[in-house]
This record gives sequence, C-alpha cells and structure tokens, in this order.
Amino acid sequence: MPVTIVQTNDAPFEPVEMDPITLDIIESALRSARYEMDAVLYRTAMSPGIREQHDEFPMIANPDGKMVVGQFGSFIHGFKREYDGTIEEGDIFLTSDPYSCAGAISHAPDWLILRPVYRDGRLIAYASMFGHMTDVGGKVPGSLPTDANQIYEEGVVIPVVKIYKDDELQEDVLKVILHQCRMPQWNRSDFNALIAAVRLAEKRIHELCDRFGVDTVIAAMDELLERNRRAMLHLIRNTVGEDETLYFEDYICDDGLGMGPYKMACKMWRDGDVLVFDFDGTDPQSESSINFFLNEEMFKMFVGVYMINVFDPQIMFNDGFYDHVDVKIPPGTLLKPLKPAALSSRTHALGRIFDVLGGLLGQRAPNLMVAAGFSDSPHFMYSGYSSEGEWYQLYQIGFGGIPGRPAGDGPDGHSLWPSFTNVPNEFLEAYFPLRIEVYETIADSGGPGLHRGGNGVTIGYRALEPGEMSLHDDRWLTYPWGVNGGLPGGRSRKEIHRADGSFEVLPSKCDHVKVEAGDLLLFKTWGGGGWGDPLERDAALVALEVERGLVTRAGAERYGVVLRDDLMVDEEATTALRDTMRAARGEVQLFDRGGTVEELRERCLEETELAPPKPPEFNRRVLRFLQEREAKAAEAGAAAE
Amino acid sequence: MAFRLGVDVGGTFTDLLLIDESSGGTYRAKVPSTPQDSSIGVLNGIERVCENAGVAPASITHVMHGTTVATNTILEGKGARVGIVTTEGYGQMLQIARSFVPGILAGWIIWPKPEPLAPLDLTVEAKERTGARGDVVRELNEDDLREKLAHLKTKGIEALTVCLMNAYAGGIHEEQIREIAHEVMPGVPVSISSEVLPEMYEYERAITTVANSYVAPVVQVYVRNLEQELKQRKIDAHLHILRSDGGLASVEASRNSPVNVLMSGPAGGVAGALWIAKQAGYRNLLTLDMGGTSTDVALILDGVPRKRRETTVGDVTVRAPSLDVRTVGAGGGSIAHVPEITRALRVGPQSAGADPGPAAYGMGGDQPTVTDANVVLGYLPSELIGGEMKLDVDAAVTAVQTVATALGLDLKRAAAGIIDIVNENMFGALRLVSVQQGFDPRDFALIAFGGAGPLHANALAKLMNSWPVIIPPSPGVLCAYGDATTRVTDEASMSFVRRFSETSDAEVRGILDDLEARARQELDAEGIAREDQTVQYEVDLRYHGQGLQLPVSFTAEEFEREGLGWLAQQFDDEHTQLFTFALDAEHEIVTLRAIMRGAETFVEAGHVAEGGADPSAAKVASGTVYVDNRDQEAAIYDRGRLEAGNRIEGPAIVTEMDSTTLVLPGHVGVVDGYGNIIINPIGH
Repeated sequence: MPVTIVQTNDAPFEPVEMDPITLDIIESALRSARYEMDAVLYRTAMSPGIREQHDEFPMIANPDGKMVVGQFGSFIHGFKREYDGTIEEGDIFLTSDPYSCAGAISHAPDWLILRPVYRDGRLIAYASMFGHMTDVGGKVPGSLPTDANQIYEEGVVIPVVKIYKDDELQEDVLKVILHQCRMPQWNRSDFNALIAAVRLAEKRIHELCDRFGVDTVIAAMDELLERNRRAMLHLIRNTVGEDETLYFEDYICDDGLGMGPYKMACKMWRDGDVLVFDFDGTDPQSESSINFFLNEEMFKMFVGVYMINVFDPQIMFNDGFYDHVDVKIPPGTLLKPLKPAALSSRTHALGRIFDVLGGLLGQRAPNLMVAAGFSDSPHFMYSGYSSEGEWYQLYQIGFGGIPGRPAGDGPDGHSLWPSFTNVPNEFLEAYFPLRIEVYETIADSGGPGLHRGGNGVTIGYRALEPGEMSLHDDRWLTYPWGVNGGLPGGRSRKEIHRADGSFEVLPSKCDHVKVEAGDLLLFKTWGGGGWGDPLERDAALVALEVERGLVTRAGAERYGVVLRDDLMVDEEATTALRDTMRAARGEVQLFDRGGTVEELRERCLEETELAPPKPPEFNRRVLRFLQEREAKAAEAGAAAE
Repeated sequence: MAFRLGVDVGGTFTDLLLIDESSGGTYRAKVPSTPQDSSIGVLNGIERVCENAGVAPASITHVMHGTTVATNTILEGKGARVGIVTTEGYGQMLQIARSFVPGILAGWIIWPKPEPLAPLDLTVEAKERTGARGDVVRELNEDDLREKLAHLKTKGIEALTVCLMNAYAGGIHEEQIREIAHEVMPGVPVSISSEVLPEMYEYERAITTVANSYVAPVVQVYVRNLEQELKQRKIDAHLHILRSDGGLASVEASRNSPVNVLMSGPAGGVAGALWIAKQAGYRNLLTLDMGGTSTDVALILDGVPRKRRETTVGDVTVRAPSLDVRTVGAGGGSIAHVPEITRALRVGPQSAGADPGPAAYGMGGDQPTVTDANVVLGYLPSELIGGEMKLDVDAAVTAVQTVATALGLDLKRAAAGIIDIVNENMFGALRLVSVQQGFDPRDFALIAFGGAGPLHANALAKLMNSWPVIIPPSPGVLCAYGDATTRVTDEASMSFVRRFSETSDAEVRGILDDLEARARQELDAEGIAREDQTVQYEVDLRYHGQGLQLPVSFTAEEFEREGLGWLAQQFDDEHTQLFTFALDAEHEIVTLRAIMRGAETFVEAGHVAEGGADPSAAKVASGTVYVDNRDQEAAIYDRGRLEAGNRIEGPAIVTEMDSTTLVLPGHVGVVDGYGNIIINPIGH
C-alpha cells in the first residue's frame, strides 16, 4: 500500500503567473538554502567522513517530491511507493535501508533524513539530507565488510521510521539504533547535525513563503523544474542522433572474494524526445558486497548534471527533465541486486557509473568527452585499542587523478566528488596512532595525452600501535582508459612493509589486515586517463613536469619527448622519436583501455604481483531468476509478434 | 602641533585625511593613485593635504595607512618567486592542496585549476620529522639540506618558505633551516610556518606562509620607499599599516607578516563605517561597500566588527585573521547575460571592469552592466553633479535591450530585473554574515558606501528589513577616517590541542601569559605606554571530535574567576545560537591567542550646517525614474547643499562627486548633523 499524506487543509495551490525575475530570485534563495544546509552539517557533525570530507548530500523537493535543488536527485517517489504509513505534519523520517526506499541511499552507513514541510496544514515541500556514518556496527569496523553476503552482516539497517513524531524525538528508537554502533557519540552528533540542516531548510522555505506567498513559491518550484526540462530537452535533441545506438562497458576489477572482473554494460539511444539508457548485459549480482543498488532517478540526475554543467554552470539543477530520460536496469544484476544481497562496498560501482556515462555521452558530444578517471572513493579504515585502552577508529576517503579533459590537464590528487576534501595529515597524526610518512602524487600515473590525466596519490601510513586495517579500492587490474589518442592512467596498488622487514602486495579490497607498530602501508590510488594525442603535447611542458616530479624522465618518452641530462628538451631526438612512434602506432583509437580483459588477466601476476581473479560465479537463485525473467520476456515478445 | 594622517590607497584615488590631534580639526585631499608605485601617490597626497591645511609636513607624527598593494600582488600574480622547504614526502602538498574541486557534480570537467603560489620546481624536501606533540622523531639532515638549498639558489628564488609537518607543535627544525638558508642564500627573506601561523593543518599553514613569502618583497619595497621618502621630507612619523583584521600594525610587523595586511583596504572601509556610524548613534551595522567589480559586506555587532580566521584573495585562502568581509562578484560593472540553454537572467560574476567599463561610459563597452541598468532606469542622471563624466544613455539602452529581447520583456522591466538580481546576489552575501551566523538583519542598520552602494542600499534594506539605511558623506575619505582612528594591534597565537580533562586552568593561564608577553613586544617597541595597552584573550574551542572551531573571547578577570568551565559555557551558548543545539560532549581547546591593543583615538566627524525640513534649496533638477513598474517623477539634489534636518522624500536622487544615492518611493532620507542621510520607510 502506498503512503498516505495527511493534510488538514486540502485547498489546492493557486496558479500564479510567474515573471522571470522573481523566478531567478527564488532560484537563488533556494540555492543559498542548500549551501547553508551543507555549512551547518560540516560544522556540527563529528565523523571525519562528513565534517572533513563532506560525504553528504542535501535536497529540497516540491510537494510532489521532485527535487528542486540538491545533488543526487529525488528518491521521494520510490519512498512513497515503498512506505505504507502516513506522512504527517511534525514527522521526520529516518532510514538507512536501500531496499525500503528504492535505492535512494545505496548502503546502510548512509543515514537519510526526510522532513515534510507543512504550512497552514498543507504539505508544501520536503527537506532531506543524508550523510555517511563512520560506523553502523556489523562484522567489521567501518561497516563495509567486503566479504558480506547479506545486508544483515553490514550493521544496523534502519527501515523507514518516524524518528520524530509531532516534532518529538523518539528517544527509544534512536537508542536502539545507536546501541548497534561502535562510535555512538559520533552517530548521535552526526544525526543531530542532519536534523539541524533539514530544519534550517524548512525555515528558509517558510521565509520564502513569507516574502513571496506560498502560491508563488510553489509555482516557482514548478517553473524551475520546467526550465530544466526545456534546457535538457534542447541538449538531448542536439547531443544524440535518433538513428544510432551507442554502447559502452566498463568493469569492477574484482569482488574481494577472488573473482572478477564484473561487467557494467549500457546502451544509449534516443527515442523521440526520450533518451534511453539500458543496462541489459550487465553481469548478475555479486556474492560479495560490491553490488550497487542504483536508483533510476539518481542515474537520471547524473546524466543531466553531466550534460548541463558545461552549458550553464550557474543553473540550479533539478528533476524537471526526468520524463525525458528513461533508465532500464534489469533486476538481479550488479546494479539492481535482489534483497538481501550485501551492498556496503558499492562505492566502486557507484564511481564506475561515471566512467560509463562519460564513455557514452562523449561519443557524440566532444565537450563531454573525458578520459576515465578517478571513478571511485577508495576507503581506508584503521581501528583498534590504543595503548591507553581507548578505542580509535578511522574511515578516510582517498583521491586520485582527475581525467584529462577538453578544458586541460586533469588535476593531480583531486576529488571527482563535489565538495569533498582530504583529511589533513596533521589531523590524522594528532588523533590517531599514525604517522603519515608519504603524501605525494605518483609520477607517470596520469595518462599521457595532449592533456595529461591527473596523477594518483601515495599515502604512506605508519602504524604506531597494533590495530586492524581495511582497504577498499579498485582499478588495479583494468586501466583508467584514455581517449582521442590519450593513453591510460596508472593502476592502483597497495603494499605493506612490515617492521620485521617483510613485504607484501595486498589485494585491492580486504578486511582484517592486522598491523603491528612500525608497519608501513603504502596506499596508492590510480591516475586519470589521458585526453588527446600525447605526441602533440608541448615538449617544453613535458620537460617542466619532469623537473616538477610529476612525470619521470623515462615517462617523458611516452610523450615522445627525449630530455638531455640537464632535463632540457633534446629537440632533434624528440622529433625523431615522435615520428617513429606516430608511424608505429597506426590509427588512433577513440578509447585506449591498455588491453582486453583477457590480455590484462594474462599479464596480471607479472605486472601487479597479484594472482588474476577467477571469472565470477553467480548465485543459483539469482541465475534462475534471470533465466525466468528472460524466458518471460521472450514469451511476451513472441506474443506481441 | 601634532598631526595624525590617515591614508587610503584605492584603485583610482588616494584619499588623505589630516587630523589636528589637539583641536580635532580635519583636512582632506584626494589625488590620483599611482599603481606602478603607490608610495608616489601617497607622497603627492601628503604635499597636497599639508598645503590645504597650511601645516608643515614635519608636524605629522603618525601615518596610518590602508593599502591594497598586497591584495593586488596576489590578484595580478606579480609576487616573488617563492621556494619552499617541506618535510620529506610532502613536497607536493600545495599541488594536491585539499583535493577540493569547486562546483557541482561534474564540476571538474570545466574547473580551471590554479597553479600553486610556490611551484613544484622550486620545492625541496628536508630529511627530518617532528611528531604530533612536537617531539623530534628524526633529526634534520643538515648536509643534505644545504646541498638542496644551494641548488635552489641557482634557480633565482626571491623568497623562501619553510613549512614542516607538525611545526605548529615544535618549530626547532624550521628555525635550523632558516639559519642554514641565511648562510646559503643571504638576503633572501625566509618565512617559517611556526612563526607565521603556529596552527594545525599542514596545507593551510603552508599556503599562508607561502603567501607571506609571495607578497613580502613587494610589501617590503613599498614600505621602505615610503619610509625613505617620508624621512627625506623630514617627516619623522610612526608609520602604520592597517591589518586585514582592522587593527594597526607597525612597519616592522607588516614587513615580517605581510600576509596580515592582505585585506587592508576593505578593513579600512569597515573601520570608517564604524567610526561615523558610532557618532550617528548606531552600533549594530551591516556594511555594504559596492564598487565596480565586486561588493564587500560585513557585520558589526555592538561596535565590534566580526572577525574570521581566514582571508581570501582571488583563488588564495590563507589562515590569517581578517574582518569577516564577504565579497561577491556583483558591482556596477557586472555583466548581465541570458544563457541560451536555460533562458535565465544571470548577472555577473563577469565584469566589464574599468576598461572598457559599462556601455554608458562610452569607452567601447557594449555589454549590458548593472550601471547601464541604473542609467536606463534614471537612477544615475546622465550628467552627474561635479562628475567629470557624461553618461551615454543611448549606449546603455542599446546594451540593456539585448537582455530585454532575450527575456521577452520590455526595456525598463529588463533593466529593473538586472537590478533585482544583482541586489539578490548582494543579499546573499549579507545573509552569509547575518542570518547564517545566527543574527537577525532586522536588528541592524545598513551603512552603504563605495561608488554604487548608495544606489542599491534602499532596495537592499527593503529586502532585509534593516533600518535605517545610513549613507555617510564622501565615501572615499571614509576609509581614510577608518585608517586614522583605528588602534595599534598585535596578537600572538599557538595551537594547543587538548581536551579540558588533559589540561588545567593553571597550564592555560601560563600559556596565555607567554602569548601576552609576545604580543606586547610590538606595542612596547612602538612606545605605547603599558597603561594604554589592553589585552584580550581568545580561545578556539570545539567539542572533542568536531571539525568546527568557535572563538570565545575573554578577559584576564573572567578567566581568573571561573576558568575553563566558564569558557565551556560561552561556547555552548554560541553553538546553540548558531546551530540550535549544544552537545553533551567534552570540550577541546584548539588554539589560544592573546590580542594586544593600543589606546583609541577619538576624532569627531565634521558637522554640516543646520537647516529646516525643506530640502528644496538643494534641489538642482528633476528627472524620471522607473520604480515599482512605472515611471515616476523624482527630484535630484546636490548633496553638498543639503543641511542638517532636511527631509528628502522618495523617489529622489542625491548626487555628489563620487557617489549617487537613490531614495525609493515610500521612504524618506533625513540629513543628520554629520551630513549622513538616514533613510527609513515613511512612518517607520
């Protein structure tokens, strides 16, 4: 049964003739409100993931549940479909269960707060925000167990509950939840901060209504949605032809259980005014927690933001164009797993979606054609009891190279995610038994190109106390691909150098890595792919980057640049080398993946010092489900004919 | 006779104000600025103002000075070639910065990343290590460093920064490196992070120290020229420079820490606004300083401007205290445009700047700007009283018409739209300093200055309900007043990250005493008597585990009486005001600070003649203004002829040499005894 919205005042909103200036003013006020929500959260939350790194996303939606301002698109439709209770004045909802909100949030550490905003007994808007908690319990500190098979192993999973009723906090409910977490004081503080942020948004919405009248504000939200729809329609018609189907695939290297890679496949075509994305061909869901419950609406938002940001960066992006994008994700696959599949380590697939999107859109829109990048959020976790007997626990997000892009080189060691920042190393050393001995970019890891991909980063963590680490990363087997002649970026790698002198290459994804005081972990992320022909890059710039330590002297030769011993360009040798390389490489391909999956697998042990993953084996129940589904589809197809 | 001189060096004009310390009498002068070496303009101005006053330059005892020389050095990228020494493994920390990419999802596709102020090819790494509590983990390898510095020297660096890991907790290695650098490259100024900013967070400390190195040579040359020229003219005055935080620094202090004068210019405006508003009887103020390309806003609570711990100039944000002045890219020159895809009306941040400037300036600009919209609406009369420039109305109309056509609106409606949008942008900045900090704009008066501020202030006050609007006379000289009347200030700070349970009142008291002694040195050297020095302490606090820090100010007595517990209470109150809740978590100290101030100088503002309510003697013309969707008749007044007590009913325009004031219908501006126009809604 769908949700029931309770209102004491059912009067419809009056239509209002909207002049463009008022509209722009309301747009600007709503945008300010959204950034104020961020500011309140950053300043009051406690877990470093939110307060230092900004792993959180706000939203304001209209009374129909369409996102008017925010980042990740609205989930309210899915929520209204799945939730069988009431929405009433004074409610604040809390959930962390992806399966109860159609994937609005995609793993249990994300806590989602939703506040229906009422005025004079009428529902006029929604304010919402979610943030990533450092810990929600479960089998490993940090609550992202790679080897989890079911969501029940991943900590406390909160169904949709009213954590406030009549604006009263349901203390007992919160108590039950916090009791499951390793760092309850952080969760409580982060929870308070999320509540403060949505309440602030509510206040701002009321102020707007005071200023312009509620009918005008409602009409403005509708018109802002309409404005986006028009703009996106224009882009959709002009970016994608009607008679072609574009295809792109990319991979998650492994599942942490020794199997991989997993394919993410997507076809894109235009059907009249609707842009269709079909993920048919994506591998079945994994037996580990790398599944990503991808919300269709959220994917629409990714598409829209990618397309429009280039044309009017000041726009307040919203859901208005949703009817013009259709997303098909087959259930039972990596991107729409069947309950109760584990979901916690979805970060790899979430990131990889952006490479898939770039690979699709870029084929027809040169200003969107970017190389593969740092499409992931590598995580590092470190926890244990200090020698003073205090529990410490760190969850940190790493960064790598931004891809080469039409606008220029990809920045080194930067974030693809908006508003994210690194954790200062002095902060880490002051609060955790760690010494960060290396914090630098990896020379040559940025893919060579006319525009170089950004370099990945090495962080060297020296443990000062015995403890336990968890690693979450990817792109150790497949390369961040280059485009338009650009070469792939360097892959990721994890090494541990033990205090006893031993050395080991660690897998990209692992939990329960025991460390002793003095052990050094080198956490190396990957670079961005190159954009355009590296043989066309200014040789003097290549030489300067060698001097700067961003490219090595040997690495310069991948650009066909030969340096003298004083690191100046040897012009003659460079011209000769570039000519030879040009002749040898033949025709330039649109994408350079650094080899097929089979080739990568063959070279794997030699190149990475890790055994190649075995081809994935899938769950029997899931395979049967998929077969039945296929059979049904075939039947329906036959009947239609 | 002793005279005190306030000097404000702006982009176009240098304003000077000479104050007779015994009588309080003032003399003014305005001379063109000389951007290639602004000390020339200053000296020209000194000659002019002394001539006006009929006094010998030698009788000037204090020169107080607000300058944009450091700001422009960064904005124009014309600073020193800075080398940097980091801890091994950290050479690329400026390259990685905070990994932050501005904008929305996919913003990275279009973001142009700025180059670091100290390039990687001028970076060397020292083999050394200090732990988080200041303990030396690895001794400095001096031979290795000496070799690296010798190599760096061959690259022709003009300044050197040393920023090592955890140097906020222990700076011994930085000091050692400075010694070696002085030997290897004598004459190259060295900034070390443990002195410039002994606070946690390596990137912020590094960028602040580098910014210091970057502007140091320019500021030092400037100050030296000024000093020498003053000496040559037999002016034996104490030279002071206004700091970004509104205090005054001695020449020595600004030479050593020029990063503290990055926002010297805007601070002068706030100080001047405060100076005149206090006399007019207002202590809670929002300041609005709107110029050609940008607008600065700030909040003053009970006579004290709010401060923050960082300063932003262009792409560079450093951890140096400044008045909490927020800047938006909204000014008279901001360009209006309508993106084809979304058909929204956008104003700024692109600006026509001074060259070619708005279309109405007739200097070749053809893009519609805010100034052009003001001309189209009749708010800026085409011939300004006392103005040197005649405005080209036709050019303004042609430019604004492009926006009107794109929006499908008539000309004046579109022009009004441009004004509404730019006002909304400024409103956004004012919200950052008021609402977002938990202050209700209705409790504040709005004081407007800068060339364009008085044109927009009435409309902004309507948006915010901040009354009255105060339009001080002669906005240019206002900054010079600010410069002349601020207090000598210095401060010393130290990161001291401890939970309350890990320290004690006595330990904190001991540190505060040390900091106080350090902050006092500067004022002692200035010859400021101990009894004229006042100290204020500040502690940055947070809940243990939290990222934010809130400063809590207190006096020696307050700490003596109640100690840390009292600080905790103050913090909880402030936290509740800002965020609606306090936490039951342990408090943690982050930074301790002592701020030392010299005595206040009191200078009274000049008076204007008393007159009646009727302003008609000052009326010089009438014109048509478009307000509230219709053309209306408006009187135009010459500000120079207004008298105290005159009531100007809107719609009306008041012009003077460097600004124009718009009084909207339904509002009345009353001239007070100091010549301020005080605007309120009729019947307010």
